[in-house]
Amino acid sequence: MLPESILLTLNGLFTLAILSFLFRDNPIYKFAEHLFIGVAAGYAVGLEWHNVFLPNLWRPLTGAGGAAGAGPRLILLIPFAIGLLMYSRFVSRYAWLSRWSLAFMVGAYAGLAVIGAAQGDFVPQVEATMLSVVPRAGTPLWDATNVSGPSAINNLILVLGTFASLAYFFFSREHKGALGGAARLGIWFLMVSFGASYGFTVMARYSLLIGRFDLLFIDWPAAAPGIAQLCMAFFVLAIIVATLLEVRARRRHTPTAP
Amino acid sequence: MSLSNRLVNLDRRYIFFVILIVIIIPYIRPLGLPIRVSREAEGFFSAIEKVPAGGTVLLAADYDPGSMPELQPMTLAALDLCFRRNVKVVGFCLWPAGPPLLNRALSQVAPRYGKEYGVDYVNLGFKEGQEAVMVRVGSALPEVFPADYNGTPVSTLPIMQDVENFSSVHLLISISAGYPGTKEWVQQVGQRFQNANREMLPIVSGCTAVSAPEYYAYVNAGQLDGLLGGLAGAAEIEKLAGVTGTATRGMDGQSLAHLIIIAFIVLGNLLYFLGGRRKK
Repeated sequence: MLPESILLTLNGLFTLAILSFLFRDNPIYKFAEHLFIGVAAGYAVGLEWHNVFLPNLWRPLTGAGGAAGAGPRLILLIPFAIGLLMYSRFVSRYAWLSRWSLAFMVGAYAGLAVIGAAQGDFVPQVEATMLSVVPRAGTPLWDATNVSGPSAINNLILVLGTFASLAYFFFSREHKGALGGAARLGIWFLMVSFGASYGFTVMARYSLLIGRFDLLFIDWPAAAPGIAQLCMAFFVLAIIVATLLEVRARRRHTPTAP
Repeated sequence: MSLSNRLVNLDRRYIFFVILIVIIIPYIRPLGLPIRVSREAEGFFSAIEKVPAGGTVLLAADYDPGSMPELQPMTLAALDLCFRRNVKVVGFCLWPAGPPLLNRALSQVAPRYGKEYGVDYVNLGFKEGQEAVMVRVGSALPEVFPADYNGTPVSTLPIMQDVENFSSVHLLISISAGYPGTKEWVQQVGQRFQNANREMLPIVSGCTAVSAPEYYAYVNAGQLDGLLGGLAGAAEIEKLAGVTGTATRGMDGQSLAHLIIIAFIVLGNLLYFLGGRRKK
């Protein structure tokens, strides 16, 4: 295994290569991108072979992976055959056989998804919107302990928001009158939720950037002092030179006033 | 060209440069901006606190290096909270690149509390099959994972002697970067299986910021006992666990970057409205 300093240096160099795209698409970025795709594909194939094919199928089938004394599990020949049928797509004459495998997978996963969506999503989420919006007598409306936990105001906003958002997606009648008003209110609720999603997305993207900066400014210099600083200085210098060259080229091409 | 026109047609690389400067500042001079703990993060913390000493939690580390900055600090903090309370951890992954990250986290935290592999914690590795695996774990976990990440048969590991399915554990911690992840755990497992206390299996989630808005509905409905959303959530759990990790350190840059984005949005809207009025 490579020493930590070399691994982190490679990590840092490829991070800088990818970050160079922010200035402009360039051959160094392309090299890093292509290398990543190749390595990721190779890793995925190796992982599937060692973590899925061998322990789940080959070893139990040949009797090498079961408990002591357990023989080969011949029942696994059925999923093996179903899996092999997927490769019939490569022979146009027998390509139709792959539909059997696909039908099996689609059927199994559709069944799982339907149960999950109904039992784990739809019913509990509908239940969660059936809230009391009437405050308990003698307690202020903003009291957090008012109506079994969340305040009555929160419940009211939630119920209103749910109805208004559903009204926006009700297309069987023209959005006029009361339905139109509810749909417009629904748009406001949807906009607020999109705003929240955008805020979280920004946070996610910056987290990735901060993760890379942690590597560049903390982990890499600590593991390979000198090399890290030198590489980053070279990177900054290259960006400055590229910027100056671009500014110069732009000035040359800017039409002068007659 | 007027100033407003110049700003409207500003080369986006100037924006990149400003963001670069803003994020570098905390590395030079940490600001130590306060971190407020949310109700959802407290739920995550107290769900682990409720697990009795000697109990077992399942840790589904469903992520890969792409979401490491957000999710690895959550895994570290969750492991820290479990090990300090002598709670056993059975970890596995439904994302192919997850096992090495889980291994790294386990080997980072376990020695701090003198925990032993195979006795106090285990990494069962990756298993293909998404939702099908989730449901199968509910009936027979050792059949789904006959061997651990290193290829050792689970029947030889002391920690796995009492772990049969969800009814042998107290809590499911889902650290999730997308599909399959928290949403599928809630849908397939949350309302279906009981835990060791004969209650519906409690689930807590640490997820990427992108997926957090969707999962708040699960917290609201009581389907999730706690939720950590993105780097902010990771920093919150670090604060509750009393550790200063990469998430806490990153929050200064995160907060400054958000302020800059707000400023850019305000400026962009101002220029848009000013430009529109001029055209009229």
